[in-house]
Amino acid sequence: MHKSATSRVDWSALREEFPILRERVNGHPLIYFDNAASSQKPRAVLDVVRNYYEHENANVHRGLHTLSARATEHYEKSRQRVADFIGAASADEIVFTRGTTESINLVAQAWGGKFLHAGDVILLTEMEHHSNLVPWQLLSERIGAQLRFVPVRDDGTLELEKLSSLLTPEVKMFGFTHVSNSLGTINPVADLCQKARNVGAITLVDAAQSIGHMPLNVQELGCDFLAFSGHKMCAPTGIGVLYGRSEILEATPPWHGGGEMIVSVTLDKSTFKKPPHRFEGGTPNISGAIGLAAAIDYLEGIGRAEIFKHDVDLADYALKGMADVAGLRVVGPTEERAGVISFVMAAAHPHDLTTFADQYGLALRGGHHCNQPLMRRFGLTGTTRASFYFYNNREEIDRMIDILQKAVRFFK
Amino acid sequence: MNPELGDLEELYQEVILDHSRRPRNFGELADAAVRVHGDNPACGDEIHLAVKFDGDGGLQEIKFTGHGCAISQASASLMTMKLKGKSRAEVEEMFRAFHDLVTTGNNDASKNLGDLRVMRGVRKFPQRVKCAMLPWRAVEQALRQSEGEATVSTEEPEFA
Repeated sequence: MHKSATSRVDWSALREEFPILRERVNGHPLIYFDNAASSQKPRAVLDVVRNYYEHENANVHRGLHTLSARATEHYEKSRQRVADFIGAASADEIVFTRGTTESINLVAQAWGGKFLHAGDVILLTEMEHHSNLVPWQLLSERIGAQLRFVPVRDDGTLELEKLSSLLTPEVKMFGFTHVSNSLGTINPVADLCQKARNVGAITLVDAAQSIGHMPLNVQELGCDFLAFSGHKMCAPTGIGVLYGRSEILEATPPWHGGGEMIVSVTLDKSTFKKPPHRFEGGTPNISGAIGLAAAIDYLEGIGRAEIFKHDVDLADYALKGMADVAGLRVVGPTEERAGVISFVMAAAHPHDLTTFADQYGLALRGGHHCNQPLMRRFGLTGTTRASFYFYNNREEIDRMIDILQKAVRFFK
Repeated sequence: MNPELGDLEELYQEVILDHSRRPRNFGELADAAVRVHGDNPACGDEIHLAVKFDGDGGLQEIKFTGHGCAISQASASLMTMKLKGKSRAEVEEMFRAFHDLVTTGNNDASKNLGDLRVMRGVRKFPQRVKCAMLPWRAVEQALRQSEGEATVSTEEPEFA
């Protein structure tokens, strides 16, 4: 087993904690390189979720019985755990959602619906996932706001020199991704937030690809909103987070009406709780929130700085190997990048290549990665993507390179 | 043949790779009666199908352009070769037989498919059925209208 000489982490021992990594797929050991789509779950997280259902399961914030108290306490402790994890000033700044997509829709519809008006500009980038584009399209159609985009250079980085002409006082919201889910580009979040503040724009950071992969502190970044999903960071699906700076959340009206989020209700009208509960109508994903806190414990046990180094080491190693594959071209930056690699091959279309790889147990993603405008900008309809996490290793990358070489011969 | 490659080699038979690399009937049809744009939103593949009918409504000329994976391109190429000169009823019957072939591998219904039977490997790859069916969805739409342009998708019609 390869072990990074500089790392104190026993990466191969960590692999053993992921039951699914023992799966065989089409007769081969699974190589899971689709981590940008969803990560696998360690036993520690699975056990916590199971324990919750076996010993604590009840609804939160409403029962006076013991189980409800246990569930409520664990749920709210998980909120505090998230707040500490991202450096929020208070747990009240943490809203549990279904995931990044729901978090961004909440901001667009509840905050945007109140604070954005006809003629205002929403600034995004050309590399946004559809989840940080479509909610703003829906809102701007409704209220008559305009969308504006920071272009992407050929090397997959943002054209930041254009920012001064784009980030004008009409811009009321600047939403951008921390790490590109297609290209692996890492954007200078703190700098972008500072520039937005200078013109009075509110910022929203899509941290779906960064949160589980690198150290991140919302107060250091200086963002107003930050959205992420649990399932890309070892937590269950269906749980996510919206961080909102307290004064902004306080001013934001409710979004989903229902139980949990009200103070009092008459037939004519209702009054609403303070954040975060104002935004959590209905029974929340309690086991998901608890699973997310367990995933945070797990990731912090390894260390996000260590995870980032490992991701980047794997990406560098993969890029070296891929340079020897005939007709393979990487789309995206060569440095300052995360462990996400998009590429195209002369020999095979991304769908043919992913079908081929799957027959060898190698899970890649082929297609547009919910980035259709970005693909168009590069004159592509799609790419093949390999994305790594801390449980991946160099042997797996060697096998990927071998499979790509086989594909070149097969499709030639 | 490497035995572990059975399914892959059945899917990507040499005939299919050849058609994907050198698609037949690929190009514009200047005097087409119907043009159908077929999209597979899941992957961005596109087929632009152009059809000219004969006096009885059969397919006199059929050509396509577009881009996509080996399966969708080969399927379009093989389909256009097979359908040229066929009557409406024959096309409809082949549509059903081909759909059976790529979803169930049913060879009884597909006897008259001839060369198209090289596509039967698709049945073991359910995620790829849409790729194989894309040009057929386009020709199905072409038959529904005698002139003009249309767009079809492998997904349900969108709400816009």
